[in-house]
Amino acid sequence: MHVLRRIVARPTGVFAAVVLGLLVVLAAVSLVWTPQDPFRADPFHQWEPPSPAHWFGTDASGRDIASYLLAGTRTTVVVAVGSGVIASLVGIVLTAVGSLTARWVREGTAVLLDILVAFPTLLTAMLLTAVAGGSLGVVVVSVGLSFGVTIARVARGEIRRIARSDYVTAARASGVGGAGVLFRHLVPNAAPLFTVQLSLAMATAVLAEAGLSYLGYGAGSDTASWGTMLADLQKYIGVHPWSATWPGAAIALVVAALSLLGDAVRDATDPRLTTSDRAVADRGAPPAGPSATVPGGSPAPETTPGVTA
Amino acid sequence: MTVPTTPPPRPTAPLSDAGLEVRGLTVRTAGRTLLDDVSLTVPPGRRVGVIGASGSGKSVTALALMGLAPAGAEVRGSVRLDGTELVGLPERERARHRGAGIGMVFQEPGTALDPLRRVGAQIVEPLRLHRGLDRAAARAAARDLADAVGLPDPASLLRQYPHQLSGGQRQRICIAMAMAGEPRYLVADEPTTALDVTTEARILELFERLSDERGTGMLFVTHDLAVLARIADTAVVLDGGRVVESGAVRQLLDAPRHPATAALVDAARATARRTP
Repeated sequence: MHVLRRIVARPTGVFAAVVLGLLVVLAAVSLVWTPQDPFRADPFHQWEPPSPAHWFGTDASGRDIASYLLAGTRTTVVVAVGSGVIASLVGIVLTAVGSLTARWVREGTAVLLDILVAFPTLLTAMLLTAVAGGSLGVVVVSVGLSFGVTIARVARGEIRRIARSDYVTAARASGVGGAGVLFRHLVPNAAPLFTVQLSLAMATAVLAEAGLSYLGYGAGSDTASWGTMLADLQKYIGVHPWSATWPGAAIALVVAALSLLGDAVRDATDPRLTTSDRAVADRGAPPAGPSATVPGGSPAPETTPGVTA
Repeated sequence: MTVPTTPPPRPTAPLSDAGLEVRGLTVRTAGRTLLDDVSLTVPPGRRVGVIGASGSGKSVTALALMGLAPAGAEVRGSVRLDGTELVGLPERERARHRGAGIGMVFQEPGTALDPLRRVGAQIVEPLRLHRGLDRAAARAAARDLADAVGLPDPASLLRQYPHQLSGGQRQRICIAMAMAGEPRYLVADEPTTALDVTTEARILELFERLSDERGTGMLFVTHDLAVLARIADTAVVLDGGRVVESGAVRQLLDAPRHPATAALVDAARATARRTP
């Protein structure tokens, strides 16, 4: 709750929350209602400008752009969430294997990650399409895998940095064991980086879905997708510029909101940014004087031996 | 607690097992020898200094004593904690002695505390670990400890994050954290170097008081001879990873025998002359 309040305390957080909240609500609404049937072609109403019947106009087949856009929100949500989940799972497993196992396994994983990072998402998608046929699942899995690898590669360096930090050494020196260090220091301190990477992965997944669908490796023609829509409409952009603007703007908005969300969450969970220095400095400065005189004037040290003697 | 304020002078008695005994400690990493055959003894309740220039192996000595030598380093020799050999122990058993047998205070209080955790939680952690206290009892013990290390208003101060405290307050938290397991020995690695002069004096007083009251033996690493003269009776001088001279602090400072010691003393005198 505190975290949510802090997220919306910033303009970027408000923007991300509003756009993504709207996206989810619209996706839910589209399950039960769209202004028109998004797939119904109407050869008598091609390229109509925006009107009360067709809010955003119609496309080359006379389909209602608003309805199609609305139906496409589902795809966007599925892709963003699905890729996010897969990327998290892959990222966490690979990070754990790459940081917590025997040395040779760790080093092997590092080499493997370097190789996998160089493996293009598009190629993964093409290979999966060749095996399983083009579908949204292919997009989700290929983008999830790619970003899982990227997250693991970035997280590995972060974990190493934290494991060597003074505070982990100090915690170990006070007797904290492996599990304590892992769950109380490594995981919390690596989490912000993870959050930002994850939000980036989800944003890129939305873009990648558009790109892959555009190339024909993503959603089939029976699934409404902003990427497919953009691919269809951009062919006519010279003649009907407004029509391609709708899916383009929708993609841009969601991608921006997702990346900003990561930053907002990171900022909202960092005590260095959320707790004010000043309030304490004001209170801290005067006590610094008395605190000095306590050991200096040392009533405590002198009374204690006095009692024992 | 009937610990005498000043324990009787105890020469490094070979008959007794008591003490923190380091013998022939050698640390090597990939072709480089960081420590070469270092031997020293901290008798129970006494304060022993380790001095040397930068890179002489002071911090490596401190970390190797804790079993926290850099990853991949090869550690040889012997560290005996009141008769128990620590070198070669499996990590799990070694960890049990950290904080309870030997505690450690670091140079940079700014980085030795986890920035994302409230300072109270960082003291509570070793308290629960070593004293087996439940959450409420550990919190109360943390407040007592914060009080003992001279922190004002512990109840509210322990709820702060490290960045909200001053350098001196952070170092007091670190000391409380190191003392939470009631260690018999404390290794302090230049604990006042990052502090201003006034704060340094207060923290030194705290170290003296804790070690006197609780009978904690201390290995005090420093490059500052004024600090050394104040805190320790005996000291070893490190140079290039080796112990080049050892003995009473007075004698080391008044009549240094080794060039490395003499250089440290000269440098300190030069500084003292520049700042009348």
